[in-house]
Amino acid sequence: MSETETPAVAAPEPRHGLRMLVIWFVLALAADLIIWFVCKPHLPPGAMSESARHQQFDIAVLAITGAPVVIAVLLYFIYSIVVWRARPGDDGDGPPIYGNTKVQATWIIGTSAIVLWLAVFGTVELIGPAGAGAGEGPSPIWTLAGKQSSTWTPGTNTMLQVQVIGQQWAWTYRYPQFGGMESSELYLPVDTPVTFHVTSLDVIHSFWAYKLGVKADANPGVDNVAYTTAKATGGFEVRCNELCGIWHGAMYNSGQIVSQTAFQSWASGVQAKEQANGILAALPPYALVYDPTVIPQLGKEIVNVDGITGAAGYYYGPGNPVTP
Amino acid sequence: MSVPARAAALIVGFLIVVGLGVFTALYYIGSATTQLTTVHYPASGGQVNVVLQEDPQNDSATRPDWVSYYTQDPSSKQWVHTTLFSVPANTKVNVTIYGYDGCTPLRNNYFSQVQGTMGGTVTVSQFDQHGKEYATNDTTSVINAWSNCNVGHTFAIPDLGIFVPVASPNAQLSANNLCSSSPCTTSGNPYALETFSFMSPSQPGSYRWQCLVPCGGGFLDGNGGPMQTLGWMTGFMYVVPS
Repeated sequence: MSETETPAVAAPEPRHGLRMLVIWFVLALAADLIIWFVCKPHLPPGAMSESARHQQFDIAVLAITGAPVVIAVLLYFIYSIVVWRARPGDDGDGPPIYGNTKVQATWIIGTSAIVLWLAVFGTVELIGPAGAGAGEGPSPIWTLAGKQSSTWTPGTNTMLQVQVIGQQWAWTYRYPQFGGMESSELYLPVDTPVTFHVTSLDVIHSFWAYKLGVKADANPGVDNVAYTTAKATGGFEVRCNELCGIWHGAMYNSGQIVSQTAFQSWASGVQAKEQANGILAALPPYALVYDPTVIPQLGKEIVNVDGITGAAGYYYGPGNPVTP
Repeated sequence: MSVPARAAALIVGFLIVVGLGVFTALYYIGSATTQLTTVHYPASGGQVNVVLQEDPQNDSATRPDWVSYYTQDPSSKQWVHTTLFSVPANTKVNVTIYGYDGCTPLRNNYFSQVQGTMGGTVTVSQFDQHGKEYATNDTTSVINAWSNCNVGHTFAIPDLGIFVPVASPNAQLSANNLCSSSPCTTSGNPYALETFSFMSPSQPGSYRWQCLVPCGGGFLDGNGGPMQTLGWMTGFMYVVPS
């Protein structure tokens, strides 16, 4: 008769779920604190304008929302490998897996809550900063608060109107509140609401003032409106963000945000200079869009203007595949 | 056929197809690319004299009907069909442009304004086909491309804020007597002679220049063809250490 064997008492299983929850909470909290306090000030596009600040805030919020999810997935993965790995000599099957209503419900509720939160947050952040610096087309739904006036003076919270004109391969800017003067540099006053009217004279371009958080397509014959408010003085770059021809990569120029008085001084100076040298009178009257085949002062289409379209004028003629 | 043989055949076939594709692409690119000469302008007395001309056509075999700039070699005085030239850094660059092409309105008349040159002006003289000067040393800050037959092309270096409208022969001359054989000469052809100066940047580098008149006839919006091709209406100014 064999000796009676008493089965070894299995050590109680630790509370894996609680362990993981505690580890996850500590890691997620640390990650979110690092993102918010260490990374956020350096996140693109910076804080040079109100729209840029909002975009920086948005990216930080998305990151602190996403980081705990990423950490949860990775933590479960690593924990499983470490704790539930097969030990040497262990050839047995793993325990059978059954559905777990609590886990499934938690997952569905959690992910739904995150998606809904992001949808609400995204909508608020689109509406709040008046389109978030993006082009809203000719009739914007969300407009920026500011006084409308045909002139602009410092310290009055008057909206500054700036027309952005793209052509292969250069940007220019018109200021209707300063007699419609035009410049190849984009100057803006600090702490002033700005309306950009973006258009093109030939193909589709895209006005991208990255540090201002403003991006709007420049379409020929279309007035695309975008808003921002510059919040810090300094220089920034304007680039084309729509492949517009072989020299698309060279289509950039610079801009400056200056104090309101410095801006008025600059804009008045350019206006006076262009008035004196006659270029203001030579420009077409300010309009939201332009037809580059017409010389408005003469009321004629370019192909029909004798004396101006000389031998080289056929470039505008019907012989071309597409008239500009 | 055995499995290894089929695999080998598949790999060989794949390599042949890829090889043919690469060869075709390289052959096409090679045939379309012209090795452009760079004209070097040495400084003399802290200045350098760059001489260009723009023509209604050119002497290339491939695109003879494209408008084109030419660059004058400073030592031989020969016209070179290139738009690449080098100047020393931090040096006064005196530019002379012979405008042989006829007039075309600018798409944006803002570029009728002279920008980035010393004094913000250019000096223009115009001659008919007999060499008679009908406009003399007119120093101006605007050549209005919309008021008369005034502007043929522009010379623009956007990185340096230089935008210069280049004058053309007048309407009648543009319509009837333009130079028809390139490189054009002042003898027997109407032309505008334009001069201006600017300081080259202190930092060596490559500075793209282009024309802003949509003069790529036959191309979408007039900006294809010669407008975008090095050696015709766009080029580079290389700034080298002085």
